[in-house]
Amino acid sequence: MAELTKPLMVDLDAADVPLAEIDVSQRELWEQNKKYPFFKRLRDEAPVHYCQDSEFGPYWSVTRYDHIMEVEQNWQHFSSDPTIVIQDPEEDFQLPMFIAMDPPKHDDQRKAVQGVVAPANLKNLESTIRSRVEEILDGLPIGETFNWVDKVSIELTTQMLATLFDFPYEDRRKLTRWSDVATGGPETGVVDSEEQRREELFECLSYFQGLWHERVGQEGNDLVTMLANSEATQDMEPQEFLGNLVLLIVGGNDTTRNSITGGVLALNENPGEYAKLRNNPRVIPNMVSEIIRWVTPLAHMRRTCLKDYELGGQKISAGDKVVMWYASGNRDERAIPQPDEFIIDRQRARQHLSFGFGIHRCMGNRLGEMQLRVLWEEISKRFHKVEVVGEPKRVPSNFVHGFTELPVRLHPL
Amino acid sequence: MPKITYIEHDGTEHNVDAEVGVTVMNAALDNLVPGIDADCGGECSCATCHVMVAEDWMPKVGQPGESEESMLDLNPERQPNSRLSCQIAVSDELDGLVVQLPEFQF
Repeated sequence: MAELTKPLMVDLDAADVPLAEIDVSQRELWEQNKKYPFFKRLRDEAPVHYCQDSEFGPYWSVTRYDHIMEVEQNWQHFSSDPTIVIQDPEEDFQLPMFIAMDPPKHDDQRKAVQGVVAPANLKNLESTIRSRVEEILDGLPIGETFNWVDKVSIELTTQMLATLFDFPYEDRRKLTRWSDVATGGPETGVVDSEEQRREELFECLSYFQGLWHERVGQEGNDLVTMLANSEATQDMEPQEFLGNLVLLIVGGNDTTRNSITGGVLALNENPGEYAKLRNNPRVIPNMVSEIIRWVTPLAHMRRTCLKDYELGGQKISAGDKVVMWYASGNRDERAIPQPDEFIIDRQRARQHLSFGFGIHRCMGNRLGEMQLRVLWEEISKRFHKVEVVGEPKRVPSNFVHGFTELPVRLHPL
Repeated sequence: MPKITYIEHDGTEHNVDAEVGVTVMNAALDNLVPGIDADCGGECSCATCHVMVAEDWMPKVGQPGESEESMLDLNPERQPNSRLSCQIAVSDELDGLVVQLPEFQF
């Protein structure tokens, strides 16, 4: 018998595929940015949709804003344990982290670290961020093409992360590397093998264990000191320490990085909006929310159903994998007017799903917003336009929704 | 219509006539009171409509319910009189209610 191969969605027209065969998890759809017509079809015709067969096994897709909100609110039915991504954890390599836990343990561990990104602490961070942004922008080449992702998005978020961890500054690009390794296996080209991936993550662990030992019993406002001295986290096993490090590194890195890049792209694709920004930089805080909706830097979160539940007329059974596609909910015309338009002065721009809702809502949301706001304030003081001069390269992932390359040229004021 | 007073962190007062049945959150949004973000639109799922209820009003306003409690509990700036304003419905009984707004929404 011939082996059945699954059709590649990216080669098909979303309107023609039988509903049951739609598989929005395929990474080609994300790499080539062709997922939106498939999501629109699901939202209209099968908003709670079962995909029987995928690289990640069977899973439910939840694609409408309201249904996503319903799942977010109900952690009693929809558990974050054992993972919040579509891909199941490997049995011999589990990384416990609080985003992938339920109350009460989730609450205890989250509370141990969230103060570092709480608004009161951010007030003190703003001037640090601004001076780093200024330095980065003033060092950019004029009159030549360069990769915005590397020179601005990665550099800025990595510096920020180094500050939050009080991480040795000269080694800061290790954080970028660990973030990429944590979210990408061999299939993405980030590493050659699963063994290499684990090796690098253990290097991350042992580096941080060094910092931990230096900081036990010390005072400090950085994440490592907080983890090492809080009752809820001081006795973590190494795997759990690594898991939470990965969470904080990825949470503070990929997300803001891709919003920084995606904003430049969106403004180039919408020259009228770029003109609005030039005429009125006071729109920046609102624009930041619109960028975060538009980019949706994490495309999904996954839950595991604990007790049978009916959602949108579908019966979800205990044990089923449920994927909330934020990338779809943020384009749901039932909840967001003109969702396929990028509108920097959009009303109620803060009402988007990118940070999630409920007890797992992004704890670094205010920091991310602040970084973007300060960056755009400083860009506006220097450049008439950050011009995109080539095709972006996208990450082949259905989770990290972002870019590896965006060639740009600067046009100073 | 019941009157509600919102006091910003810097002391600025906003007096609002609120309709019975709307939430204290919506009464603020409808009257352009700054300091309430309401990111989830009143679903008790983001805690960005956090207010502190004036002590003498606490008995009438009451304590948070279970899902509100789980959101408030994760707010590092929570006070004993903290409530989510999307979970307080305006009523004649609350005519004259005073709430303080936090310096930041989390």
